[in-house]
Amino acid sequence: MLQIDNLTIHEIHDKLQRDEFSATALVKDSLERIEKLDPKIRAFITITEDEALDEARRVDSKIAKKIELKTLEGIPYSAKDVFCTKGIRTTAGSKILENFVPPYDATVIKRMKEAGAILVGKVNCDPFGFGSSTENSGFFTTLNPYDLKRVPGGSSGGSAAAVACGMGLFSIAEDTGGSIRQPSSFCNVSGIKVTYGRVSRFGSIAYGSSLDTVGHIGRSVEDIALILEETAGVDTNDATTVPVDVSSYTERMKESIGSIQIGIPKEYFPKGGIDKEVEATVREAAKTFDEMGCHIEEISLPHTEYAIAAYYLTAISEVSANLSRYDGIRFGYRTKEAKDLKGLYEKTRAEGFEDEVKRRIMLGTYALSAGYYDAYYKKAMQVRTILKREFEEAFKRVDVILAPVAPTPAFKVGEHLNDPLAMWLEDAFTVTLNPTGCPGLAIPAGFSKSGLPIGMQIIGPQFSEDLLFRLGYHFQNATDYHEQRPEIVKQISSS
Amino acid sequence: MSKNTITEKDVLHIASLARIKLSREEVKKFQKQLCDIVSYFNKLNEVDTKGIEPTSQVTGLVNKFRKDEARDFLTQENALKNAPDKTGGYFKTRAALS
Repeated sequence: MLQIDNLTIHEIHDKLQRDEFSATALVKDSLERIEKLDPKIRAFITITEDEALDEARRVDSKIAKKIELKTLEGIPYSAKDVFCTKGIRTTAGSKILENFVPPYDATVIKRMKEAGAILVGKVNCDPFGFGSSTENSGFFTTLNPYDLKRVPGGSSGGSAAAVACGMGLFSIAEDTGGSIRQPSSFCNVSGIKVTYGRVSRFGSIAYGSSLDTVGHIGRSVEDIALILEETAGVDTNDATTVPVDVSSYTERMKESIGSIQIGIPKEYFPKGGIDKEVEATVREAAKTFDEMGCHIEEISLPHTEYAIAAYYLTAISEVSANLSRYDGIRFGYRTKEAKDLKGLYEKTRAEGFEDEVKRRIMLGTYALSAGYYDAYYKKAMQVRTILKREFEEAFKRVDVILAPVAPTPAFKVGEHLNDPLAMWLEDAFTVTLNPTGCPGLAIPAGFSKSGLPIGMQIIGPQFSEDLLFRLGYHFQNATDYHEQRPEIVKQISSS
Repeated sequence: MSKNTITEKDVLHIASLARIKLSREEVKKFQKQLCDIVSYFNKLNEVDTKGIEPTSQVTGLVNKFRKDEARDFLTQENALKNAPDKTGGYFKTRAALS
């Protein structure tokens, strides 16, 4: 194996350019890790070995001719299987799209191609992003590289597990209610949930359209800041992308963090509602920031306890509309036995959708049905206004908010399987950002006594990604949690 | 809405609206799960939302227009490539009217 576990993408780029190893060797390193580790971890739904090696040879011919490479050129990555990849199967983690081969690339995939990054495969997730553990996937459950009896988190569990194992150096992922941050926290990697509209959603298979955000998971803040520089910005194919300038994140993150005001919301540390080690770890991280010159103060976000209900009502309502497209006619699975059109729809969707997908569509259908709209959807949208105002008020007092990502470290496979509501409640600390549009950065903050990763999130006002990266970058300069690797990775890295 | 409970009959009605065929076991299972979740939603009744405008767009963007110009995107062949059934350049489905 290449000795690249603790190198940044920038450092790897320099080595490629200096011909210390080839792009082919770099891509083969990721593929070899997939071959050795993925039979246990099960992060990949599709591996794009041939295409990746072809791309690597193209980069190598540039290196041989001493042509200057772009920073991401030749860098292997994975993409959550919700992003359309032209000519490469894209399942969204659901059986209903088991054989779907998109005729076009998502904008984010197109931008990665233009930057020269090399896709090594498509990774597992809960179907359409519906879940917090990958256990809802129509294919298989991905396991946590730090403990194979536990989940990697979700819905982007395949992305986080892959990055933790070096199976690709970063992953393009998606966050609708915590789907990037919670798996990042469970797998000791860094993940950015961007401001709504910061990155184009074109070609990202829809979950909840007013909540969906495309973001990134990587091994360090520096790496994901670099990726976001490539992916952020206006796209004419997504009218919700916002014309706000894209910062030079990797330059601005180096600016001083002295005098930054950090708020600690007391509602994110509910008595009996958070694991003691998680609480202690996040408070310790606050102390680290304090020592670096930041000001820490307790704040209050009193409506936090209503975020889950408001978030899920919004999400499921949008789900019921978005998923009506799976009709068995234009693309996707079709039942073999239907006599009439209604039967064709009903059986196709019954056979193609996983239980959690059916639950969410039905709940959304119920919430939007005649007589219930005001009581549910409208109410949720009003609470959304309250949540948004509450954040806006908080950001008048403090620059950012520091909070835990999840109430516990990674839970065991099967722990919540028969209780879908308990699974939803896992998202208590992540769901507030999507209804409010705020960005959040999840980064490693420590480990439990039993060796499980614990993450924290830094939350900022809309379009403050540069500020979040700055805090994350300085924290990672002062600590080495993000450089720790799971035991199974260390075993093969030394071989 | 606090008195709302979802009966098995309701589940069948919702499933029919959502075009999902359910088995008898599924109806039972979902009836309980949907009830649990809907009663959790009722927690929002504790929040006073009188006079609060609903938010559906968080960044404040309103109608963004672009020129109405034809662009090359999908060929007919590519658009039909994933269709489970097609004929003569069309998607093929069951008759909507008998």
